[in-house]
Amino acid sequence: MTVVYDDLGDEAQSDVPVRRIRFTINGKKKIAEIEPRLLLAHLIRRGLGLTGTHMGCDTTNCGACTVLVDGRPIKSCTMLAVQVDGHEVTTVEGLTSPRELHPLQEGFKQEHGLQCGFCTPGMMMAAKGLLDRHPDPTEEDVRWALSGNLCRCTGYQNIVKSVLWAAEKLRSEA
Amino acid sequence: MYPTRFRYEAPKTLDEAIALLSDGGDDAKVLAGGQSLVPMMKLRFASPELLVDINGLPGLDYQSADGDGSLRVGALCRHADLEWSTVLKATQPTMAAAAPVIADPLVRNRGTLVGSLCHADPQGDWAAVLLALDGSVVARGPSGRRSIPVRDFVTGPFTNTLEHDEIAVEAVIPPARGSRAGGYLKLERRVGDFATCGVAVAIETDPASGTVTRAGIALCGVGGSTINATDAAAALTGKPLSPDVVADAADRAAGAARPKTDHRGSADYKRHMVRTFVVRILDAAAADPHTTQHTAPGKAA
Repeated sequence: MTVVYDDLGDEAQSDVPVRRIRFTINGKKKIAEIEPRLLLAHLIRRGLGLTGTHMGCDTTNCGACTVLVDGRPIKSCTMLAVQVDGHEVTTVEGLTSPRELHPLQEGFKQEHGLQCGFCTPGMMMAAKGLLDRHPDPTEEDVRWALSGNLCRCTGYQNIVKSVLWAAEKLRSEA
Repeated sequence: MYPTRFRYEAPKTLDEAIALLSDGGDDAKVLAGGQSLVPMMKLRFASPELLVDINGLPGLDYQSADGDGSLRVGALCRHADLEWSTVLKATQPTMAAAAPVIADPLVRNRGTLVGSLCHADPQGDWAAVLLALDGSVVARGPSGRRSIPVRDFVTGPFTNTLEHDEIAVEAVIPPARGSRAGGYLKLERRVGDFATCGVAVAIETDPASGTVTRAGIALCGVGGSTINATDAAAALTGKPLSPDVVADAADRAAGAARPKTDHRGSADYKRHMVRTFVVRILDAAAADPHTTQHTAPGKAA
């Protein structure tokens, strides 16, 4: 693996503070050598090539970069990659295998929960965090859980319906 | 956006963390939830040379009610832990009202109460809540532990009284002497925005007479720093929560606010909202001493 670091000038050149981390992503164990200032979102997108996690605002506002760390949805643009050392990350690619749809993905399809699709992975991961903890949410619970994720297309109605659809499907499968 | 290059350390013990901070001097920073620090580093408002990540320190994620009725919140207790806390719901109405309206659900999964106190943003919710409850912060440094009342801890915008080699390890809320009531109401343009105005009220009443035995009122978002409305609180002490007493306290709280007209609203509007929120919280407390209030999702404050 080839790693290229930014040359910030004379003082930093010889002393890039690289750290080795071990973590699990979508069930697979990984080792990465990274600069501590690398953001988790960039490790996921560039380091691992998992581009389902989107960078929207880059300012902790939009939630497009939402992933699960140890089961909790967080904004991966606001966490350092080095902090997942020893932890477990789940991205939208980890919801299910490429050959099938997870009930959340199916719900977004059935209820037309997306238009441009940019916010969708973040919405799904925030919803996954909710449903894992709370399998039978009310509409208000869903709105509350998604209140850190912005969508500029749908007006949210169909996103909420999609998550409720998925909740029902997951309960019927359980 | 990337932070500037820094050295990163993830100590496994508190002593190790303190030693790292001692060596790092003023260029070292503690990283807990990182929900304010990481954005500030990305924007290059903060460029620490050494980052001491305390997330690996054991035994700091607690929220525990002690035998004497005080509540202790560890430095790694996340906002979401407090939002879901049965302890808070049962015993801490002002905190239970504030926890679900901190930032947004994703930020609440990382950010910490103690970190929020240390960050001392004038629009931060927890500093107002802990001022109203007369809470304190416990700091650990090379020479041991010390307890700092929040009113002395937050000295101005983004300024606290920690030494460079001290770590805030927990927040402590003292026990109530009577029956505890109160609430936290916040006006925000949307979830996750900074508070246009936030009002924390915590009172203790004598269960027999209904007289207020202790009161705290604090404001955020309506001044250059968190405001302890001591005059408004004093207007409640020793009195029952009658409409006149409530109105007087609300007027005094509005008078203590120092809002500026900006894109979130005019100064007059913000002051009006302070008055309104104080009345709403106290009226609800008078009607039901165990009530908790927060801004419900999808509803205007």
